[in-house]
Order: sequence, then C-alpha cells, then structure tokens
Amino acid sequence: MTDTRGAGERLEELDAVEGLAVEPITQWDLFWTRLRRHRLAMVAAGVLTFMVLLVVLAPLLPFEDPTQRLLDDTGRTLRNIGPRGGILFGTDELGRDVLSRVVYGGRASLIVGGVTGALVCTMGTLVGSIAGYYPGPVDQSLMRFTDLVLGLPLLPVAIVVGRILPDVEWLPSWVGDGPIGIALLLGFLSWGGLARIVRAEFLSLREKEFVEAARAAGANDRRIVFRHILPNAISPIIVQTTLIVGIAIIVEAALSFLGFGIPPPTPTWGGIVSEGGRIAVRGFWWQLVFGGTALVVTVLSINFLGDGLRDALDPTQTIERK
Amino acid sequence: MAEPLLEVNDLRTYFSTEEGIVRAVDGISFTLDRQERLGIVGESGSGKSVTAMSIMRLIEPPAGEVVTGTITFKGRNLLEYDEADMQDIRGGQIAMIFQDPMTALNPVYTIGDQLMETIMLHQKVSRKEAYDIALTAIEDVQIPGAKSRMETYPHELSGGMRQRIMIAMGLSCNPDLLIADEPTTALDVTTQAQIMDLMLHLADERGTAVMLITHDLGVVAGFCDNVQVMYGGGIVEKGTVGQLFANPQHPYTWGLLGSLARMDEEEQHRLRSVRGAPPSLINLPSGCRFRPRCDFAVDVCAQAFPLLRDSGEPGQESACHRANELDLKSIVQEEEVTA
Repeated sequence: MTDTRGAGERLEELDAVEGLAVEPITQWDLFWTRLRRHRLAMVAAGVLTFMVLLVVLAPLLPFEDPTQRLLDDTGRTLRNIGPRGGILFGTDELGRDVLSRVVYGGRASLIVGGVTGALVCTMGTLVGSIAGYYPGPVDQSLMRFTDLVLGLPLLPVAIVVGRILPDVEWLPSWVGDGPIGIALLLGFLSWGGLARIVRAEFLSLREKEFVEAARAAGANDRRIVFRHILPNAISPIIVQTTLIVGIAIIVEAALSFLGFGIPPPTPTWGGIVSEGGRIAVRGFWWQLVFGGTALVVTVLSINFLGDGLRDALDPTQTIERK
Repeated sequence: MAEPLLEVNDLRTYFSTEEGIVRAVDGISFTLDRQERLGIVGESGSGKSVTAMSIMRLIEPPAGEVVTGTITFKGRNLLEYDEADMQDIRGGQIAMIFQDPMTALNPVYTIGDQLMETIMLHQKVSRKEAYDIALTAIEDVQIPGAKSRMETYPHELSGGMRQRIMIAMGLSCNPDLLIADEPTTALDVTTQAQIMDLMLHLADERGTAVMLITHDLGVVAGFCDNVQVMYGGGIVEKGTVGQLFANPQHPYTWGLLGSLARMDEEEQHRLRSVRGAPPSLINLPSGCRFRPRCDFAVDVCAQAFPLLRDSGEPGQESACHRANELDLKSIVQEEEVTA
C-alpha cells in the first residue's frame, strides 16, 4: 500500500499556514449563492421584508386610524376623496384613509398566511413523516384520514365552520372572529397535500442505504426520522409551505370578499377589494386598485420566493436563472 | 474450548411475497470465534446479506421475519433482545459496513457530524471528546488532512475515501464483531486491496472479529481464515481457506473455483462455468438444492436433503451426498488430460 500518511501530514502543515487552507463550501453557502443569483426571488424577499416591517411597525408610524373617518376643517366627512397630497391612497365610502386601511389590512392577511403556513408545515410534515416511515396500518389509517381532509371543499367548509366558530362558547374570543381563527381553520383544511408529498419523500428515503447504515449504527426511530430522513426532504416541504402561505392569503381575501371573513370594521384586503369593487363602478377606483395591488404583489412575491427556494435547494440545478 | 463470540444455530429467515414465501436463509448454523476472520461466499441471492441483516436484527416485519433459530452473541440470544437493547448492540458491539459507500453516508451532514453521532450514541463522551475520537478515527484510516475532512460532505469524497470513512465509523466504538457486507464491490481493484488491508489491519489492532460477506473468492483467499460457501439459503461447504481452495468437497465450490482465473497455478486449464441459474427461493428443488445444476447428481440427490457432514480434511464440512466418493480435485486433472 502506498503511504498516504506523509501527504496527509504535509496537508496538515499547509492547513496551518494561514491563507493557504481551502475553505470547504458548505451546502448552506451553496444555497445562499444560488438564491442570491435568483433575482426575482431576491426582489420578492425584499418586498416581503418591507411588507412585514410595515405591518408590524404600523402603530409606530404616522398612519391615520384605519377605523376612524377623516374630517375636513368644517367637520364634514371626507368621503370618496381621490389620491392627493396628504391622503396618498384617497379615502373610502365612509371617509377612512385607504392607505392606512391597506397597511392594517395587511396585518390580517400576513397573520393568516404565516399562521396557516406554520400549521400546515407542522401537521403535514408530522403526518407525512409518520405515515411514510411506518408502513402498514399506521400509514393506511393516516393516509385515509388525509384523503378525507383533502376531500373537504375548502371554501364551503370554511364558510360554514367560520360562521359557527364565534358562537362556540368554550373557545376564546380571539379564535372565534380574529385572523388567528381563520388561519387555524384554513391550516386544518389544507395540510393534506403536504402530508402526501412528505410521505412520498419518506417512502423513497427510508429505503436509502444511509438510513440502514444509521440503523446499523444503533440509531433509534426518532433519530432516524428527524435527523437522517427529514433534512433530506426539506426542499419540497419549504416549497409547498410557501405555496400554501400564498393560497391562504387569497382564500382569506375570498372569504372577506364574500362577507364570511373577519368582521368589519377591522380592515382586511379581501374586505377592501370587495367594497372597492362595489364603488369602483361609480368611478372611485383607488380603493380597489390599491387594495388589490397590495394583495397581488404580496402573493406573487411569496410565490417567486418559493420558486427561488426550490431552485436554490435543488443540488442538481446548474443553469442559473437571471 | 472457549465460548465462541457468535454462534448461529438453525437460523431461518423468510420473506413473504405475493408469489409465496421466499426462504432467503434456510437453516444455517455456524460459529465465529473472537478475532476470527470468516468469509461468507455465494452468488447473489444465496442469503449472505440476509444472514448479516438477521444477526443485526435489521430484517423488518412484516416483509421478512426470522422464523426460527438462535443467534448467540457473547452468551446471549440476540433474538430475545428488545429494540432498545439492540440499539446498544448495533454500532457498539457489532458494527456493519455496507456495500455502497456512495449511498451509505447521509448527504446532508458532514463526515465529522456523522462520525461523532455514532460515537456519542455508544460512548458517554462530551462533544469535544467525540470530536477527538472522530479525528483519530479518520487518521487511523489514513485519510490525509483529517481536520479539514471533518468539515466535508460525503459528495466531496471519492468512493475509496467514503469507504474508509465507513470503516472509521464502524470501528470507532471498538466493536467485537465487524460485519462487512461486500465492502469493496463498488470500488476498483487497486483501491479494493488497500481498503481490505486497512480494514483487517485495524480490526486486528482492536481484536475485532470480521465477518466478510463477498462474492469475490479472491478477496476471501487473501484475507480470511475460514470460509463458508452459501447456496440457495443454506451453507454447502465450510472449512479453512487453505482446505477449501486446495480440496473442494462440494461440486458447487468446485464449480466456483473452476470459474476463477488463478495466478498461482502453473498449468493452464480452461475456465469452467456453473451451468444454469440460481434456484428460485420460493420453489426450491427437492433434495439437494444444487442438484439441477450439478454435473454429478444421482437419484439420492433428488430424494434427500444433504446435511453438512465431515468431509475431506479435519474441520472441513460439506453438504453433498457424494462428497466422499467424488474426488473433485482429480476430475480437474482428468479434464486437462482429455482436453
């Protein structure tokens, strides 16, 4: 056998000389490099960061109260005033500042998107992992339950349950009619797709030799599932979750549009678009346009970011998108 | 006589499929002493790997099941262990090296992480101590630049390097038994020799017994003390390497050796092949399982299942009805005369 030890020691010496050592590129570095090259995703990330900061810091910024009407000097309500200096987005039918309503409406939408995403990610991953790792009765019963949930029509069930929830006495009031309640409801209705994807990933990963090697090294089931298999399935989970966040925001808007969402006077994007659509036919276009733009830009950004994440997380992807 | 490290007795592992029951391992018995190097040879589907998996208790019901038998390791039957106890055995006292080093390492963790994981699972050491043990383990398998290797990911290493890492991982907890399941099949021949040398050298240093599963008779000849040949889920012949290669007692062993190009023979002879294909493990032939492919089969071979019995030199055993009447060694010479 050739003596590789000599070479090894020389390499160690080289390592010791500062500046000569080759920094190994980690998967994380690769991920960031690829994501940064995805321009659309970076723009989307910027837009989303801006939105989140705006929404979180809204009470500290000089916005009007979104539920109070604006009065002119003579004490008359400023109804349906078009965009102008000082009232950038105009006012609505009741004289409320549209800019402020769009910003505060974003709170509800982003909370719904975020909480739904977190819930779907947790439930889908958990159910999918367990079903995919334990074949047989466990898998069967979990997946039939998943099929059941997938079979529920989202909007009708959300409308009906959303109507009943505020009347359930043992539920705290913030669950009944706030964005959290809607988010929980949407979350419980939409984890099925992710569970199926995760299960499929697990079915193929659990047969990989490194899983067997981990078992042969004495790892228990929990360790194999969470440490060895799950990190290998992370990219479809992230992508599916970002998609769900976008969908949840749209569905919340649809519910509000239909009048089954968060009750007024709390502003929501769906509510703004709904009202704005009604008065836009009379020429008062600004409420519809600004509310709708905020909604579309946010959802598009989330989808673009998801796109970028998918490309960045796929190690076989070599062609860079510009 | 000292108690053997591992004693397998009448082990049967069956898999149920839609076509029927596959008798992957069907009644094998053998012993393995401390520090022994045992080679298990056989073609694909002869039950070599399933034997190893059964010992590690990695056969997962409901697909497969160890039906009967005992696997006595250091005086206790492994088949009676519960899963938690078994997890201490795996990797700690019995380690396993897999065939394909390209897939046996988890792609999302660094080499160091994976080595340290195994070490910390079985030894009560801090992260720092585990790091040092892992570093020494990498140095032991003669990988240059151990420190920087700790930070690399599996895909950055070559196949030989990865198999070295697997060996480092397998031996990091000083196991009593190392099961190597075709450890060099995925590597090229020059790397093969280095890896085998390294593995057995390290195993000897630690007093680890090695069970080498392979279909490469050359590897067995070079590295093992004892060898057993498996065919159709059973052991057909066992003995020391010297006995088996010089004086095969079973026609299957004889056929395998005849198909091997050997550098140590001065006379040239035509390479033989074992005709036919391995038997279906669902519908095994009656009597001797090798009978349909055997050149020497007679009536009794179809009627009675041959058991392992002493044959040839002391310590050598063969499962052939005609082992004592056939003189396989001289048949080779006769063929050469007629050719």
